[in-house]
Amino acid sequence: MSWFQKLLPTRIRTEGGSKRNVPEGLWTKCPGCGAVLYRVELERNLEVCPKCSHHMRLDARRRLDTFLDPDQREEVGAELAPVDTLKFRDSKKYKDRLAQAQKATAENDALVAVRGQVRGIAVVSVAFEFRFLGGSMGSVVGERFVRAVETCMDRSVPLVSFAASGGARMQEGLFSLLQMAKTSAALARLREQRIPFVSVLTDPTMGGVSASLAMLGDVNIAEPQALIGFAGPRVIEQTVRETLPQGFQRSEFLLEHGAVDMILDRREMRDRIASILALLTHQPSPISPPLLTAEQD
Amino acid sequence: MTSQVNLNCLDFEQPIAELEAKIEELRYVGDDAHVNINEEVSRLRHKSEELTRSIFSSLTPWQISQLARHPQRPYSLDYIDWIFTGFQELHGDRAFADDPAIVGGLARLEGRPVVIIGHQKGRDTKEKLHRNFGMPRPEGYRKALRLMQMAERFRLPIVTLIDTPGAYPGVGAEERGQSEAIARNLLVMAELRTPIICVVIGEGGSGGALAIGVGDALLMLQYSIYSVISPEGCASILWKSAEKAPDAAEALGITSDRLKQLGLIDDVIPEPLGGAHRDGYQVAANLKKSLMERLDELIKTAMPALIEKRHERLRNYGRFSD
Repeated sequence: MSWFQKLLPTRIRTEGGSKRNVPEGLWTKCPGCGAVLYRVELERNLEVCPKCSHHMRLDARRRLDTFLDPDQREEVGAELAPVDTLKFRDSKKYKDRLAQAQKATAENDALVAVRGQVRGIAVVSVAFEFRFLGGSMGSVVGERFVRAVETCMDRSVPLVSFAASGGARMQEGLFSLLQMAKTSAALARLREQRIPFVSVLTDPTMGGVSASLAMLGDVNIAEPQALIGFAGPRVIEQTVRETLPQGFQRSEFLLEHGAVDMILDRREMRDRIASILALLTHQPSPISPPLLTAEQD
Repeated sequence: MTSQVNLNCLDFEQPIAELEAKIEELRYVGDDAHVNINEEVSRLRHKSEELTRSIFSSLTPWQISQLARHPQRPYSLDYIDWIFTGFQELHGDRAFADDPAIVGGLARLEGRPVVIIGHQKGRDTKEKLHRNFGMPRPEGYRKALRLMQMAERFRLPIVTLIDTPGAYPGVGAEERGQSEAIARNLLVMAELRTPIICVVIGEGGSGGALAIGVGDALLMLQYSIYSVISPEGCASILWKSAEKAPDAAEALGITSDRLKQLGLIDDVIPEPLGGAHRDGYQVAANLKKSLMERLDELIKTAMPALIEKRHERLRNYGRFSD
């Protein structure tokens, strides 16, 4: 202790001044309203700010875990793993980028597919992991998606997809571009068999994923304020050389222009999608109807 | 005159152009010279051919990208003119507009009626702007879709010619659903009940190219490219500098021979020495021959088998460990 600190009265002096009493990661600042939120509460609220309803990004596994009923789940295509066919190398090797992403996310690629139920309705649900190389679609994502579609067709159950992706994965070259055709072709078959596909577009859904599977839902649903589009805003700004209007390529913009059917709050997603699926498959409503209130009489 | 830089010339074409200018000059020197001009001209011709051969025998993927975008390279309407007869251009998506960046219509291939759809770039500044540099908006893809569905209805085979830097990144294009327009085409083309042959004739730029690129055969002209992202775009994202485009072109594997090796395309259509712009008729003849062969084969296939085979093709795209 320095002579100066010794001079200070004890109530001013704090032991180990550089140490914080609050453990790391206990609080999160909402990027929407700036409110400081208690992590545990935020998690309970599905990463939606309780103050302003800002939707933060949700991991793929967490997404499926909170969307599906807890029982009777089985992962689809977990055995698939990425390979580096082109021996792609930029400032880093693709192989190393993959290894790093796998370590950081505990996923082996950017899509998770799980067969299960939502409010008792059998479904297959897939979710993109945005933290894995920006949720980019390469061969594994394409194949896993198609296997999910095929599982739907084998069992005659609907498909629900949660997109969160920057687009195609450059490091897999043309293989990744062709995943757009591959996934869309699978959805064409699903459609022929009259099996419903609900596509949920979350922040962000761009490029090759937006321009293939994500836009092809029988019902397209967006989360509030999600960035959704084909070309990135920066690319557009450079091309047209003007600043883009407020809210451009956000969910509300897409709803206004007719690209999505509805915008749903994440906390209602499970019930609303279950209801839609029940309607499309002629099943009884999975949710008990709300009681009539006096005002409605 | 010989030192004049030809703006329609790529840098690696410059030595060839200079030699050719010299030949032209000699020819005009004319008859009064004492030396045997003819002998000198034929010597230089031989030299020029040799030089071209040596330059073109070791082109880098980046040089091939430049050839694919060569300002004098033939475009869709050129090939339509050279290969097909009686082209009746059809316009508009019936909903919003006609997009000049995509042309389409009815024509005959050696007497056989077909539907042709192709990206179209412009030759001079005015036409370039009119064609939006070959970058379609959603209405272009929706026009293509309309023509393809008409082709199915009247059982006409479809030939698509791919030559675009990409789908247009603009405000209006996003408002009118660029993503949906591309996705819809992928969905419909996968199951369309008529033969589809797709040919990359220049630039195969990402989703904007693929949106008319799903079919039963995928061919590429020798010096065309097909890529998930432009080399410049890839370089500026992954190398943080567009200057690294040559490296990106190499890494992405976008040339016809590389894609043939990878099993992603069916055939490479040879171009004359020096590239398609040196002899458009020759390329057109090669392309026509290839189209006829493919079409004869596809027409023999019964419809359910054709669709099943196409589906199988699409299903098998991708490399992964299982």
